[in-house]
Amino acid sequence: MAQVSMTVNGKVRKRNVDPRVLLVHFLREELRLTGTHIGCDTSQCGACTVLIDGRSAKSCTIFAVQADGSAITTIEGLAPDGQLHPLQEGFWEEHGLQCGYCTPGMIMAAVTLLQDNPKPSEREIREGISGNFCRCTGYQHIVNAIQYAANKR
Amino acid sequence: MRSSRGLKAVGRNVLRKDGVEKVSGAARYIDDLSFPNLLHARTIRSTIPSGHVVDIQYHGDTTGFTIVDHRDVPGRNIVALIDDDQPCLAERTIRHFAEPIVLLAHENRERLNAVDVQIAYREATPNFDPAASKTSFKTIAIEKGSLDEGFAAADVVVEGEYRAGHQEQLYIEPNGAIAVPAGGGITLYGSMQCPYYVHRALKVLLGLPDHKVRVIQTETGGGFGGKEEYPSMIAGHAALLALKAGRPVKLVYDRVEDMVATTKRHPAVIHHRTGVTRDGRLTAIDIDALFDGGAYATLSAVVLSRGLIHASGPYRCDHVRIRGRAVMTNTPPNGAFRGFGAPQTQLAAEIHMDRIAGQLGLDPVRVREINALRPGDTTATGQRLGDCSALQVLRAAVERSAFKRRRRALAGTNRGIGLALFFHGSGFTGGGEVALASKASLALTGRGARIFVASTEIGQGTRTMHAQIVADTLGVPYDCVEVNAADTGEVPNSGPTVASRTCMVVGRILQRCAEEMRERLGTLTPGEYLRTHGPLVITKQYEKSSAIAWDDHSYRGDAYGSYGWACDVVEVEVDPDTWQVKPTAFTTVHEIGKAIHPMLASGQIEGGSAQGIGYALFEEVVMRDGRMANCQLTNYIVPTTLDTPAIDVVMLENPYKHGPFGAKGVGEMPIDGPAPAIINALRHMGIDLREIPATPEKIMAASAERTGSGITKSRSARRYTKPSSKTLHALREKP
Ligand code: FES
Ligand code: FES
Repeated sequence: MAQVSMTVNGKVRKRNVDPRVLLVHFLREELRLTGTHIGCDTSQCGACTVLIDGRSAKSCTIFAVQADGSAITTIEGLAPDGQLHPLQEGFWEEHGLQCGYCTPGMIMAAVTLLQDNPKPSEREIREGISGNFCRCTGYQHIVNAIQYAANKR
Repeated sequence: MRSSRGLKAVGRNVLRKDGVEKVSGAARYIDDLSFPNLLHARTIRSTIPSGHVVDIQYHGDTTGFTIVDHRDVPGRNIVALIDDDQPCLAERTIRHFAEPIVLLAHENRERLNAVDVQIAYREATPNFDPAASKTSFKTIAIEKGSLDEGFAAADVVVEGEYRAGHQEQLYIEPNGAIAVPAGGGITLYGSMQCPYYVHRALKVLLGLPDHKVRVIQTETGGGFGGKEEYPSMIAGHAALLALKAGRPVKLVYDRVEDMVATTKRHPAVIHHRTGVTRDGRLTAIDIDALFDGGAYATLSAVVLSRGLIHASGPYRCDHVRIRGRAVMTNTPPNGAFRGFGAPQTQLAAEIHMDRIAGQLGLDPVRVREINALRPGDTTATGQRLGDCSALQVLRAAVERSAFKRRRRALAGTNRGIGLALFFHGSGFTGGGEVALASKASLALTGRGARIFVASTEIGQGTRTMHAQIVADTLGVPYDCVEVNAADTGEVPNSGPTVASRTCMVVGRILQRCAEEMRERLGTLTPGEYLRTHGPLVITKQYEKSSAIAWDDHSYRGDAYGSYGWACDVVEVEVDPDTWQVKPTAFTTVHEIGKAIHPMLASGQIEGGSAQGIGYALFEEVVMRDGRMANCQLTNYIVPTTLDTPAIDVVMLENPYKHGPFGAKGVGEMPIDGPAPAIINALRHMGIDLREIPATPEKIMAASAERTGSGITKSRSARRYTKPSSKTLHALREKP
């Protein structure tokens, strides 16, 4: 067991964890933050994407102990004051979701995309979220949703 | 949107009911739920494709484990569906790799996985070849007119064989269920499309009466048919363990298990022989189809049925014979997947149509214009069509995509353009809807109404679209209509959430509930009514329109209440070095009666089109000795943003009089067209491919067969040079 301490959605969380526990399992099972989803076993789908120290990353690619001392933001922490984040609003307004399973990961990937490039072209949006799979939408409305958020800022 | 005048919700892009939960991470999918005293579960599966179980040995510490095998089944050991051939847990006989044999449960996952279960088998010779199969699950023949007469009238006969591989549904949320024992019965939570399928399967398996089984759908991360029948299996496993342990049991698959063990789209081989006059008129159509059902019958009979009814495409012809078989092989059972047989058969029909055009020297649009079904024509089953928009969608798509101009412009480059014209019947086939006798209920609330249906929200927008229909029929704002969870303890049996029936069939029953409710309300507001008269719940059942007649023995009559019509035009670019195909432009015109929610409807079309692109190009299930060899997302490739072009969706409206506000089905049709349109775009480049997925290896091989010409790069105008045998070898080795 190893001690980890990280700031998750603004709160300091300390736990003893098995060094083999992935960050995604730590978030979902230890902290019960189930908005971060799991869609594969091979770090392909992006359903588990969160922000680690402000940058989007697939939380199934690192161990919880590797995130020791980091600040993590999950989908639950994106809108702390109860107001939807412009991206959350965009995904709702523009129907950038259907089953919603990819949605939290998609939104977190888009946070970093818009940080780096506040006015992305369609092409740049598609490149920015190419590591996140969606099986429902065909991506067009997801692109629109991110554009909506970009235009709101 | 002309017909939306006066409507406040229908035809408008209202916000979806489940939006806030899904964007904020509050939506609860099956793996997000937990219960006190929860046990985790594991399925031990066969490691051979055919044979018998001889012995089972447990290695490791199994103290405190709950272990279940077929002897623990209190009722009948089957997954109740159509045929009762599939055991919930294998007894002695093994018919496919990954067949479930033993179930384990323990509260500690580490310990659960530490136990090694060794199964000894006596192996039998497996058969993986459908053509060599001795067991048919279903044989169907559709006949119209006389083939002899039809071929006698033909100037040219065109023949061809077309093949489609497996396809994995690949919902991003894997399958899963939690069973909670309660009062001698079971409450089952799960990711699913059809709560009442699971309900029935559990009653049969557990030998329990109706009221002892309750099934509650949790938020479901996609289905596409993959959560139509398979959840009955997982539910059964979780329930058997939970009853034996007396504790809640969670059984959630990881991606590998989900891909290895659960159903896929049926592979098919379809042979066409067609008589045609020199000027392009079809005189005879003779089709033979072979569907690989896998090891158990599941839904193969109905998949075959829908496949065959769509096999001659949206074309008129007086002399038609369509024969088909779904057969057993020693591979995991194939089952429901969006389109349900029609993508395979319409792939063949549409590639064949372009080959006919090619042989006659006609362009692909002309040959379709000549033969497209028109109002008053009859289909292969003899159904006389009142409405029919085949020509309209064809012409709209050709114009919108500038098909003819682009076809000339791209000729001789490494790019091509192709089209596919297709149709899709809404609702259950033939007498299916009458047999289902679906029910829906509407309860009056202080603000409006609450919907009670078993139709599930799996992303397609069920809750939203049903609420729109009820709101406008009842005359209350959309926000005042609530939708109850799909919980068999609370909702009536509205039938399964499949077959593009949720809007057209269940939506119509709800509309009738709302019409009666509105009448009962008179001039009273909902609040006033409740205060004066007390609670009001209205339940209605499916009513068949008198015009629909079907004979299941002769396979003649009105196969579907209505059809949607569509045409896809796709441009592709082939990389001359890697032979990868990239769709670069995609136009689709869909006639779906009426779009209750245009953005949700176009979302269905875009999503289905993207899945169709994957089906055409990337999604190859590699079966090795009856086992899926590429059962991970690393090597089973689904389209990402970069593989999917912007999809230009046009929806035409032609209201269907028995659908709510004129709506027909939309969910499945979009996946019928992309694959043939893409293969036809390759044909435009001179690549004669008759098989999907069109992987680089296959395109290279088909292209190498071509004499003389080769692919050139359009921009750099670089000549294609045939790859050396070394590159060829490297490419073949790839997956
Ligand atoms: S769960 Fe699929 S990438 Fe992390
Ligand atoms: S909305 Fe279902 S996977 Fe993206």
